[in-house]
Amino acid sequence: MGNAVLQFLIVILLLIIIAIPLSKYLYLAFAKEKTKLDRFFFPFEKIIYRIAGIKNVEETNWKKYVLSLIASNIALIGISYLILRFQQFLPLNPAKIGNMEQTLTFNTVISFMTNTNLQDYSGETGLSILSQMIFVTMMMFTSAATGLAVGITIMRALSTKGKLIGNFYQDYVRANVRVLLPLSVIVTLLLVGLGVPQTLDAGTTVTTLAGKVQNIALGPVASLEAIKHIGTNGGGFFGVNSAHPFENPNVLTNIIEILSMWSITAALPLTYGRMVKSKKQGWIIFGTMFAVLIVMLGIVYQSEQTGNAALNKLGFSHEQGSMEGKEARFGIAQSSLFTAVTTAATTGTVNSMHDTLTPIGGLVPLTLMMFNNIFGGDGVGFVNMLMYAILAVFLAGLMVGRTPEFLGRKIEPKEMKLIVIALLIHPLLILGPSAIAFLTHLGTDAISNPGFHGITQVIYQYASSAANNGSGFEGLGDNTPFWNISAGIVMLLGRYLSIIAMLAVASSLMKKQPVPETIGTFRTDNVTFGVILIGTVLIVGALTFFPVLVLGPIAEFLTIR
Amino acid sequence: MAAQTRKQSLFQVSIIRQAIVDSVKKLNPLIMMRNPVMFVVEIGTVITLLMILMPKYFGVQDQLSYTIAVFIILLFTILFANFAEALAEGRGKAQADSLKKTKADTIAKRLNSKGEIEQVSSTDLRKGDVVLVETGDLIPGDGEIIEGLASIDESAITGESAPVIKEAGGDFSSVTGGTKVVSDSIQVKITADPGESFLDKMISLVEGASRQKTPNELALNTLLITLTLIFLMVVVTLLPIAGYVGVKLQIATLIALLVCLIPTTIGGLLSAIGIAGMDRVTRFNVLAMSGKAVEAAGDINTMILDKTGTITFGNRMAAQFIPVGEATEGEAQEGAVLASLKDETPEGRSVLELAKEQGLVVDPARYEQAAFIPFAAETRISGMDGNGNSYRKGAVDAVQKLVQEQGGQVPDDLKAKSDEIAGKGGTPLAVSIGNKIVGLIYLKDTVKPGMQERFAELRKMGIKTIMCTGDNPLTAATIAKEAGVDDFIAESKPEDKIRVIREEQAQGKLVAMTGDGTNDAPALAQADVGLAMNSGTIAAKEAANMVDLDSDPTKIIEVVSIGKQLLMTRGALTTFSIANDIAKYFAILPAMFMITIPQMSALNFMHLASPTSAILSALIFNAIIIPILIPLAMKGIAYKPMPAVQLLRRNLLIYGLGGVIAPFVGIKLIDLLIGLFV
Repeated sequence: MGNAVLQFLIVILLLIIIAIPLSKYLYLAFAKEKTKLDRFFFPFEKIIYRIAGIKNVEETNWKKYVLSLIASNIALIGISYLILRFQQFLPLNPAKIGNMEQTLTFNTVISFMTNTNLQDYSGETGLSILSQMIFVTMMMFTSAATGLAVGITIMRALSTKGKLIGNFYQDYVRANVRVLLPLSVIVTLLLVGLGVPQTLDAGTTVTTLAGKVQNIALGPVASLEAIKHIGTNGGGFFGVNSAHPFENPNVLTNIIEILSMWSITAALPLTYGRMVKSKKQGWIIFGTMFAVLIVMLGIVYQSEQTGNAALNKLGFSHEQGSMEGKEARFGIAQSSLFTAVTTAATTGTVNSMHDTLTPIGGLVPLTLMMFNNIFGGDGVGFVNMLMYAILAVFLAGLMVGRTPEFLGRKIEPKEMKLIVIALLIHPLLILGPSAIAFLTHLGTDAISNPGFHGITQVIYQYASSAANNGSGFEGLGDNTPFWNISAGIVMLLGRYLSIIAMLAVASSLMKKQPVPETIGTFRTDNVTFGVILIGTVLIVGALTFFPVLVLGPIAEFLTIR
Repeated sequence: MAAQTRKQSLFQVSIIRQAIVDSVKKLNPLIMMRNPVMFVVEIGTVITLLMILMPKYFGVQDQLSYTIAVFIILLFTILFANFAEALAEGRGKAQADSLKKTKADTIAKRLNSKGEIEQVSSTDLRKGDVVLVETGDLIPGDGEIIEGLASIDESAITGESAPVIKEAGGDFSSVTGGTKVVSDSIQVKITADPGESFLDKMISLVEGASRQKTPNELALNTLLITLTLIFLMVVVTLLPIAGYVGVKLQIATLIALLVCLIPTTIGGLLSAIGIAGMDRVTRFNVLAMSGKAVEAAGDINTMILDKTGTITFGNRMAAQFIPVGEATEGEAQEGAVLASLKDETPEGRSVLELAKEQGLVVDPARYEQAAFIPFAAETRISGMDGNGNSYRKGAVDAVQKLVQEQGGQVPDDLKAKSDEIAGKGGTPLAVSIGNKIVGLIYLKDTVKPGMQERFAELRKMGIKTIMCTGDNPLTAATIAKEAGVDDFIAESKPEDKIRVIREEQAQGKLVAMTGDGTNDAPALAQADVGLAMNSGTIAAKEAANMVDLDSDPTKIIEVVSIGKQLLMTRGALTTFSIANDIAKYFAILPAMFMITIPQMSALNFMHLASPTSAILSALIFNAIIIPILIPLAMKGIAYKPMPAVQLLRRNLLIYGLGGVIAPFVGIKLIDLLIGLFV
């Protein structure tokens, strides 16, 4: 226990040490005014602008911004679809991997474009090296850059007044050139140094001690691992993801991967604090996310450490906790931390199999994806939390006897109508398709463990899709047209509807003249607001899912006790 | 006090009776649809009713009594919500009825172009007609006095029985239809067509007929509808999901869960809160033209107040007696008192009052024979001659001249002392006895008692106050400091007000102001909350979005409190309603699953007796919380001015935490009660 706490503390301390300077870096990287970063990065960006034919980068209104975002993403989807459907005929395919099936391609392309990286295929056998490099790696950069651009733009809108929200291409290029690429290079080098392979070879064939021949898949793993985590993507090079010894060979790489997926998303609230000139408010939002995560981490760790109740009853020793589906080199502490962070930051990379978590342990990643705002994906996680913050202001703000204001801007019917779209879509995308899946054999046939665990499997799949997380509960036979298509649609809507709605909210708030703060103003930079925010997230965000959680993990827990 | 006469008790029998009838009438789905949250409950009620009527079709023959119980509770849930609304409306209607009596047709004496009188019905009067109104007549319509002066009894509108004087020209020329001329006769030019008069407007406002949802209400409604949709989705999807693990859910139970989860408490009370908020304003004798104006009052950042009449009494009062030359303080005091003994002006009275406070009482009987020298514009002096001496008070230079003419000396310190008074923003009056100047009276504009506390309260609410006055900057600064206003505009002209309002609004602030004159009208219209005095001109009243029937400009402060209270009540009950869901979940969910999954009883930590009792208890709690909260919704939650941080913590504790805990207790108690009978 003490050892585990120490491990957690070290990682958290490292996180804070990284997040503070990173938040300032992000602030500078996307600043409207000229910064010292421009001199270094602008030459690179100029090349990109020239290739893309962008003459002058002008600020646009939110509608144009959304159109640019959608257009660029559609183009990427198109290119990716072609690559996967024709990878057999394309170069860099030493393992002679065939073209991908239609519905699986649909699912895979959407999955990577939406920063979900739900994988209904297995990397070793499903993708050529060209696909891994061009499709997977490119999407990992572009989807994360899209999210980051949206997050930053919304922050910027809230900190200024006007009609023009920014230029998507500028934010997008900067996100790639100034943030994701440099960080990826650093992390790749660290990972290579710690033994993660980086090669263009197909792999090696070895004769094992038992005399059998084994194909060992290799490839440009380290670079993929870097952006996989930094971009809160989560799609692994290998089927078992970061549990694979080549993706994540030891505790140090494990910690690096945890920090890689956590840092940007933890720095963003602080960047926001800088932007709106209230660092305290940034820390309050960070603190809110952090508090929920710590509780969740405590639950999963405790539950895994206590072990499988059914086995304990049979008299098995539970000193080691429940190690089923976990890597011995990570142990319970590193696995629990990874599980909590990967689902909080909606990365979806895994270093242990979530399907084999104890019932309450499994409840944690599921709940974190249902929240979808405890750190969350790059940019979008913060935006989701912002939605809850505005909702919290609206609910509690009336109680100080004023029309609710967020950062001095009144929240009126127009904003509310947009906010509720974002609020409604998440539970709808999880509960609706789950109900349909349970109504048809196309859905229920995929369940490998019927009963309460089966409910968790299905809900998990859609929660992971809707939150654009991408981790699989596994155990679910999800490579069928039904699952490929339904999950694909869920990912698509889960990503774009809330992005569009929140950009519209930000633009609408941006147009308003902020009301100066007085003693009569509802403050959003104190602990009281943090408490209200947690309450709103728990009551509005989580109560929706309480019945299915009761029928899934909680019922499973109660019945095997 | 006028406001008192209008007060009705919260639950008058006749209103309650009417409200009960109305709450049944409101079951009409077409009316119900306007409140989507309660409409969902109604649909649920109809479904359970169908189940009772056709049990075989639904396969619920064996749970008929349970279904009936659910049906009855659901029906009452709706009736309670309807009752809350009907009650709020009923109180307004009762007021409107009493106003309508005033509106009875009267015979008007219309003057035609030749100046002859024609008898016509008041409903035939049109804008521009001129009528003659004589002693004892009711004024037939809203208008402006174009000739004459009369005292008018406006109690029908204001509740204030003392008549007011109105005269042609100036800011006191407007008269309201339905009020009565008590003496003299006037010619009135009608300014409103029938049906558009002030009284008509007032009736429709208090009746709630012209009530529109405010932006805040619309935004909240959007959220409530969304929560309803979300929970509808939760309940509908639960059926197949639970079905997968063999849990059979009864439709009545699902409906019960749905109704418990959707925000029925606030949904049922929302319109009552809005109506009651408006009603509180009306009861306060302020007529708000829309609910939006009342809510805007809660949002006010800046308040612009006239000095005269609002902050100060408007007349200068004696504040100090200052001896000059060799005279003693007693001499100065005595001279001032005797010079003012027969002076009936407010200034003269204030001198006597100040002396009385200082312990000097002069028996007027001793000076019965003395001659009063009234104030004259030429001399600028008044006083009294008696008992062989002459006592004078007046403008310093006038008294100085008088004394010099009579061969007296001007004390050396007179100029310095009088300048000092002027410097402090006061007006010095010199006092002489015979040919000797004995002292100065320090006259100053007095701040109304209690204003300082009011401004302190406003500051606590975060509202900035700006005082407007025609005084010079020095005088203005003194009064501003004394009253405790944050800022002032001295030597202000009417256009200054509108400029300040625009400046403040450009910073995103909401501004409130009061006014009565025609030249206030543009500023009243520009302000977010403009409160016009009923005694003011028609232009002012039309430009404002509120009219104070008592013509008390300080009431704007109370209106702000009422606006805040209205918003707070809405927020508090919303928070309460949503927080209640936690307990309801813990009551209903285990009950739903316990039969198939016995281990679920672990979640039943309230130890409710049985699944049926648990569900019914939660549903009953959900229903009766509505009538329990009606008084709160009507009166508004308690509000004392304090900083937002404290206010929030307090309300969060009561309505947030209270909202989490109360239903646990309530449901458990109801469950115990049910246990006694089953």
